[in-house]
Amino acid sequence: MEEADILFGIYCPPHPQPLLSPEASEGYAKLRQAYDTCRERIENSDADLIIVYSTTWPSIIGHQIQAHPEPEWVHVDDDFHYLGSMPYKFRMDVDFAECLRDSAKERGLHSRTIAYEGFPIDTGSVVALKLLNPDNRIPACIVSSNMYANRAETIVLGKSIRDALSKQGKKAIAVVVSSLSNRMFTEHINPTEDRIHSPKDDEWNRKILEFFADGRLEDLSQLSREIHGQIRVQKVVAYKPAWWMAATMGQHNNYHGEVLAYEALHGSGGAVVTLTPSSGSFGDKEFDEDDVEYYHGDRDVLDKGML
Amino acid sequence: MPKGEIVLGCLAPHPPHVVYAENPDQNEPVSEGGWETLRWGYNRLARKLKTIDYDALVIFTPHWQTYIGTHFLGLPEFKSKSVDPVFPNIFRYNYDIKVDVELSEIMREKASEHGIITKMMRNQDFRVDYGTITSCHMLNPDWDKPIVTISSNRNAHYYSAEVMNEQAAALGRACAEAIEESGKKVVLISSHSLSHRHFVTESPLPEDMSREHIYNHSQYVWDMKLVDLMREGKMRELIDILPEFTEQTIAETEAGGLTWMMSAMGFPQYSAEIYGYQSVIGTGNLVAAWDPNAVTREIVL
Repeated sequence: MEEADILFGIYCPPHPQPLLSPEASEGYAKLRQAYDTCRERIENSDADLIIVYSTTWPSIIGHQIQAHPEPEWVHVDDDFHYLGSMPYKFRMDVDFAECLRDSAKERGLHSRTIAYEGFPIDTGSVVALKLLNPDNRIPACIVSSNMYANRAETIVLGKSIRDALSKQGKKAIAVVVSSLSNRMFTEHINPTEDRIHSPKDDEWNRKILEFFADGRLEDLSQLSREIHGQIRVQKVVAYKPAWWMAATMGQHNNYHGEVLAYEALHGSGGAVVTLTPSSGSFGDKEFDEDDVEYYHGDRDVLDKGML
Repeated sequence: MPKGEIVLGCLAPHPPHVVYAENPDQNEPVSEGGWETLRWGYNRLARKLKTIDYDALVIFTPHWQTYIGTHFLGLPEFKSKSVDPVFPNIFRYNYDIKVDVELSEIMREKASEHGIITKMMRNQDFRVDYGTITSCHMLNPDWDKPIVTISSNRNAHYYSAEVMNEQAAALGRACAEAIEESGKKVVLISSHSLSHRHFVTESPLPEDMSREHIYNHSQYVWDMKLVDLMREGKMRELIDILPEFTEQTIAETEAGGLTWMMSAMGFPQYSAEIYGYQSVIGTGNLVAAWDPNAVTREIVL
């Protein structure tokens, strides 16, 4: 089996402003410009596939994989409905989705494909695919983020994606849709006055962006729990995007990182970043958690009297 | 104009499984049944509702999650298909919903006067959440009354369960004032489970009841504690311990629905009508009602 081929990775925010109201503030326009740069790079690549992991698609029954060949709907965001509707029609790589489902199962994950007319594709995935791949030139695959999943499950999901890419010999672009700090203002604001919610959030975001710029993706993965505690509103059990991105892209620090934009999105930290595999390494700095190859499920430590 | 009033408050959980099990024409998947204890309780409460004179259903839903204030449906009709993002295999429901926009606007206005950040939702493409649809379908399968849906502002995420309790109680007081001013007779619906830990796998046949049970005993004990307080008419005490219950059982009360409804009803000191309790994919679900009318109030279970 060939080594998985990830051409490059993109980290981008889920909020709809760069799609629906880029003119509303200088910051939103810069984010939109960064998306456009990524779009051009995708167009100039010879990628076979775009794989999207969106933090705004939560699942409960394992991980779900979009497998409708042409999902089509008009999406409206729960909070930002007044910015307008988001009609979409995407092209999915059904063969890859099915291969990924099987690969995930082989590594002990519960996973399933979903292919239903009218399935609500989430805001983050819609924004990313409409901006990064507007003409559906390249087929996509969207995977959910299980709300109960923690590190092991998320790492193994990333490895399953590598397995599926290797089996099919496909070249892919990995897209993570997530904020950095995710605390928004709880009142309506003038977009021109948008800023990061707090200096603490801003400092942490900039530290994370330093890591990205240095190509230290695996180090960020190792720091996920700390990031979750420091700047993430506790909606889910963990900050998983760096785990997924690192596992999908090979678990190392050998990348050329570029921060194309960093701006506030209603107080949250919105960054568009690219990571391209390179030969030089920054070195491994923060490795203190074990790797995991297979997901063994809940270990039921309470039931076994281990505590 | 006579003053409006709340004629009933309903705790109406929204696992889509119960609609799936009922096999209504609107839902595409077909089942062999399941979750009868919950559904039969719902059916009985729906029959009671048929005997009550009311103008609108007002529902507070955890599945329209907003972080920037509390939002209200603000258009007269929504017609579309709702596909559950978590359980699309069992819930693909074609809905045609009428909204009492006048009541919705009065509620938003009152909430705003109480210092709550608010927004009317006026995008016609907006998809009504499956929590609203499931609870309303089970309580009024004829859909012959207009509804008002109120989003759940996620104070528990941004601050704490205690802050959620305070804000939801303030919203409840505002909505009660709005109902009184409207002159309408209103049924309130708090749409959520109690304990809310799910199994992360699903049996091949979702309605296989041999596989259904509460996630763990701790969740069950907490759920029963709340049921006891409801039976005893101690709703103030229940709301006071809600932050701890919510944290211990990752309960769906985190959205604020129960606090909102109890606050709007003045924290009833009479017994709740208990219609049924059952687990759905591990979560604890209770159908209950609070009838302010002592003449029609029943001991159901």
